[in-house]
Amino acid sequence: MEQPRNMLQKKQSWRNTVEAFIPKFLLICALLSVFTTVGIILTLLFETAGFFEKVPFLDYITGTTWTALFSGDQQKFGVLPLISGTLLVTVGAAVVAVPIGLGSAIYLSEYAPERVRQIIKPILEILAGIPTIVYGFFAITLVTPFLRSFIPQLNFFNALSASIVVGIMIIPMIASLSEDAMRSVPKNIREAAYGLGATKLEVVLKIVVPAALSGIVSSFVLALSRAIGETMIVTIAAGSNPTFTFDPTSTIQTMTGFMVQAAMGDITYESLSYKAIYAVGMTLFLFTFVMNMLAQYISRRFKEEY
Amino acid sequence: MSQQAISVDNLNLYYGQNHALKNISMDIDKNSVTALIGPSGCGKSTFLRTLNRMNDMIPGVKIEGQINIHNQNIYSDQVHVEMLRKNVGMVFQAPNPFPKSIYDNVAYGPRIHGLRDKKKLDELIEKSLRGAAIWDEVKDRLKDKATGLSGGQQQRLCIARALAVEPEVLLMDEPTSALDPISTAKIEELIQELKTSYTIVIVTHNMQQAARISDKTAFFLSGDLIEYNKTEQLFSTPKHKQTEDYITGRFG
Repeated sequence: MEQPRNMLQKKQSWRNTVEAFIPKFLLICALLSVFTTVGIILTLLFETAGFFEKVPFLDYITGTTWTALFSGDQQKFGVLPLISGTLLVTVGAAVVAVPIGLGSAIYLSEYAPERVRQIIKPILEILAGIPTIVYGFFAITLVTPFLRSFIPQLNFFNALSASIVVGIMIIPMIASLSEDAMRSVPKNIREAAYGLGATKLEVVLKIVVPAALSGIVSSFVLALSRAIGETMIVTIAAGSNPTFTFDPTSTIQTMTGFMVQAAMGDITYESLSYKAIYAVGMTLFLFTFVMNMLAQYISRRFKEEY
Repeated sequence: MSQQAISVDNLNLYYGQNHALKNISMDIDKNSVTALIGPSGCGKSTFLRTLNRMNDMIPGVKIEGQINIHNQNIYSDQVHVEMLRKNVGMVFQAPNPFPKSIYDNVAYGPRIHGLRDKKKLDELIEKSLRGAAIWDEVKDRLKDKATGLSGGQQQRLCIARALAVEPEVLLMDEPTSALDPISTAKIEELIQELKTSYTIVIVTHNMQQAARISDKTAFFLSGDLIEYNKTEQLFSTPKHKQTEDYITGRFG
């Protein structure tokens, strides 16, 4: 007679050990990112608090002179020039990237024949992969001279060139995410629109884009939050002259540009200039954090149920 | 005045090499219900879609022959396909309301065809929703999302949406196959009312439905029109053996 197979007794084996251990290991991996995020935020908070012990908060957020790297009485910590610089670049980038990115997305999703799509999409991926330092040199060696040929008052380091190139850099983000959003609009509601006698443009603009709107708008917000945090292009092309202005032809400095300049220079550890880097970093982080929360909110709130 | 709403003359349709519709000729009567029946893949939906040129959107499709509405071949170059589709509306198998409000769903058609006047729009929308027997159920929540309605309500909304562009012909592609029996009965009743004002062509998988609601029935098989006759005659004394085999359930 055969021995009945014993299924009840748990045999301690290699398989069982691994099975029990792996979930704990994966949890540790996930927690690692939580810990690093918390660690970074706490460091920012701590040093920023130290900064505001010496500099009145009101002076910081309303002051229009930023001379953080000067010494003694010459030091001024009004952050508005850095914010205006960042805004100039970001808004300019949006003006470039939103129409071109959305237009490309609409073309690829609704009009392009499959063969054309198979050529253009990879090229967009390549555009997305170009290192930002290369974009930065592209800005000063090609874009700035070109712009100066018909805008003579343009400074060599200026917000306009930087914002155009940052815009070019974020086009693939908008195009790709918006295209995904539009492609996931189901075929059946497009058919319904055609059945009512709509032209292709009417179907695209009045049915597909509105249905995909939450995905499209959150692609804008994500791309712009990337533009706010862009460092390399603005450091090379926009300048390091913090000026409170909204004139794109002037030389400016963004928040990120200041942080690079300060970090590369010789500042005394724990000096006020040093803490200023953290304060600006905190401000920058708040901007991008709010943008990301906004993107998530928009995505959830206007999620179309088909 | 002709009794024919649509006159189909030697229609052939090819999907690439596949000869999907073979020499179809038939006349569809005005203000009546014509049912198209046949087994899966026989071409009845393809044929339905030739009547409003929805097949145009399939790459590689080729159409020969004529389909005349008001003595004009709808496949001629001079015809604006958008105007054709305004005149020949379509209701699809699974309800497909737009992810918009009930009001905006019905208003979409009239708006794209140029109607902007709010008062006229309101009247047209009420008329269309009444015509689809759903006005009372939605009149207090026109601003609500259409996707919140039940399946049967959504399908009646789609009918209202089609009626809003004031077509002469209504094409229905298995409109009740995704619905429960009660909603199905409501829509069948609606079709009987609608036929007094519209010409209705309905594809159905359900022979009992065809027998219940249609005036004439056309039986398709592998791309051929086998038989086309008054419904009562086709179901009681079919002229062709294939028709008889299908309606008695020997295949399907």
